[in-house]
Amino acid sequence: MNSFVAIAYVPDTETKIKIGADGKSIDEADVKWIVSPYDEFALEEALKTKEAKGAGTVTVASVGPERAKTGLRECLARGADEAIWVDAGGTGFLDALGVAKALAAAAKGGSYDFYWFGQKGVGYDESLVGPMFAELLGVPHVGSIIQLEVGEGKITAHREIEGAHEVVECTLPAVLTAQKGLNEPRYASLKGIMAAKKKPIAEKKLAELGVPEADPAQAKTRWRRLELPPARQACKMIPGDDPAAAGKELVRLLREEAKVI
Amino acid sequence: MKFLVFIEQRDGKIRKASLEALSLARKLSGGPAAAVLPGKGVAALAKELGAYGAGKVYVADSDQLALYSNKGYVGALDAATKKENPDAVLIAATAMGKDVAPRFAARHDVSVLADVMDLRIDGDRLVAWRPVYSGKARAEVDCGSAKLQVATTRPNVFPAEAASGAAEPPGEVETLDLGDVAPRARVLRVETSESKELDVSEADVIVSGGRGIKGPENWPIVKDLQQALGAALGASRAVVDAGWIDHQHQVGQTGKVVSPTLYVACGISGAIQHLAGMGTSKVIVAINKDAEAPIFKVATYGVAGDLFQILPEFAKAVREAKKE
Repeated sequence: MNSFVAIAYVPDTETKIKIGADGKSIDEADVKWIVSPYDEFALEEALKTKEAKGAGTVTVASVGPERAKTGLRECLARGADEAIWVDAGGTGFLDALGVAKALAAAAKGGSYDFYWFGQKGVGYDESLVGPMFAELLGVPHVGSIIQLEVGEGKITAHREIEGAHEVVECTLPAVLTAQKGLNEPRYASLKGIMAAKKKPIAEKKLAELGVPEADPAQAKTRWRRLELPPARQACKMIPGDDPAAAGKELVRLLREEAKVI
Repeated sequence: MKFLVFIEQRDGKIRKASLEALSLARKLSGGPAAAVLPGKGVAALAKELGAYGAGKVYVADSDQLALYSNKGYVGALDAATKKENPDAVLIAATAMGKDVAPRFAARHDVSVLADVMDLRIDGDRLVAWRPVYSGKARAEVDCGSAKLQVATTRPNVFPAEAASGAAEPPGEVETLDLGDVAPRARVLRVETSESKELDVSEADVIVSGGRGIKGPENWPIVKDLQQALGAALGASRAVVDAGWIDHQHQVGQTGKVVSPTLYVACGISGAIQHLAGMGTSKVIVAINKDAEAPIFKVATYGVAGDLFQILPEFAKAVREAKKE
C-alpha cells in the first residue's frame, strides 16, 4: 500500500520566538528547524503500514524553502522511499490553502492509498492543510486519529474529540491526520542515514504547479502583523511555609481580587 | 456584514462554544445573525438559538445526521451558505469545528482564520488576532482577497450572551433538504471515556499536574483540588511521556492549547512548551517548590512550597468558600 506523507519543517518547539524586521514574520536567525512532531506520527504510521503489508512505497513531500530538503532527508533516513520537494523559495507567505493546493498538485499522478498529515503543523497551529487537501482531491478524510486498523480497501480509525473517541470507518484512498498517541516514532538508524543519501528528492517549482496563492495578492489569508504576547502582570507570591494560611490566601485573592471563583 | 454561524450540538444539547460564536456574530453585525443546525431531532433546539441572536435558523434534520459526518455537516453548512449568501461564516474551534471549517473553506476556494481569540471588522474585512507558535507570538490576520470570510473561534474566549430580554423564537426556521449524504468516512460509534471527564479544551477552570507530583500514585491529591474547583484535569508533557496519565490531558505545544479563566499549575516548572499551551489563561496560579521556576514568570499568584501540604489546604479553603 502506497502512502503520501506531507511534512512541515518548522521551528523547534523549544525555540524562543523573535519577531522579524518586517514585523509580520519571525526572525529566523537562531531558529533550529525540525519535522513538525505530528508529522512524525504520520510518517511512522505510514512506515508501519508498509511493513505490515510487506509491499508499497512511502513518499514524503514538503512545500517550503531549500531547508525543507533537510527535513525530507530526515524522513528518508527513517525509512521513506522517495521525496518530493516543492520549492516555495522567494514566494513569501503561502497560506494553508496555497500549501494544500501545492501538495495536491504534487500528489497528482501518483497512486496512493493513504495521504498522511500531522493533525496540525506546530507553528501556525491551524489544523487546516490536511482536510483542505482532501477536499481538493475529492477523497474522504479522518482527522486527529490516535488508533488505526487497516482493512481491505478501508480503515477503521479512532479519532479524538472532546472527552470521547469517534470510531470512524472510511474507504480508501483517504486522508488521515495523526494525533499524538497514535504511535512512537522511530529514530533514524545509521544505516538509514547512509541509505537516505542515495534516495531521490524530486524537485518541483511552485510556479509550475499552478497555485494562484503563490501571488500574495491572491492569498486567502495574510498576516498583517506579528507580535509577542502582551506581558503578564508580575506574580504575586504567597509564602508557602504555612500551608493552611497559603490555601486561604489563594482563595481570598481568587475571590476578591481576580473574581474567578 | 452578514454572518452565518455553524451550530454544533451533541446528544441534543447545543455546545456553549457555538453560542459564543453566535453571540460574537450578533455583536459584530449589530443585529441578528443566521445559523445552521445539523443533526437528528434538532428542530426543537432552533428556538434556543433565537435567545442568542439567531435571526434565521437553517435546520438540517435527518437520520443520516444523527452522528457527525464531515460530508453531512459540511453539506448542511454549504447548503445554508448558498441560501443565505453570507459575507462571513463563524464556526467554534472545537474538534468538530476544526474538521468542518477547512473542508468547507476549500470548497469555496478560501482559507480560514483559525482558532481566533479576537475578531473585529475593518472595512469589509474580518481582522483577527490568533496565537501562533502555540501562543509564543500572536498574529493579526485577515482573509486577504477572499470573498467569503471564514473564522473559527477558540472556545471559552468570547462570552455567550443571550440577547436582550427573554428567550425569543428565531425570526424564521428553514428546513434544508440535503438529499442522500451517506459519507465515505462514517462514524460507527462514539466511545466516551470512563468517567465522562470534562475536557481541558472546554473547561473554564483547569488544574494541572507536573513532575512535581512525583508519581501517578499522587494524582488523588491533585484531583481533590480539581473536584473542589469543578475543574478539568490537565498535565504537563513530562508526566504524559512518563505514562502517568493519558495524552488527552496534556496541555502544551504538543498537547492542547487552552485559555481557561483559571489555570492552576501544580508541580509544573513551566517549560517553554507548556507555557505555550496555557499562557493565554486569564488567571494562573502556580504551586511549586522551586521559587525560581519559570512558571512563576507567567503566574498571577504563586506559592513556593510543598504542594503535598498546600494542595489539600487549598482544596479545603475552596470547599469552605463555596459553602458560604
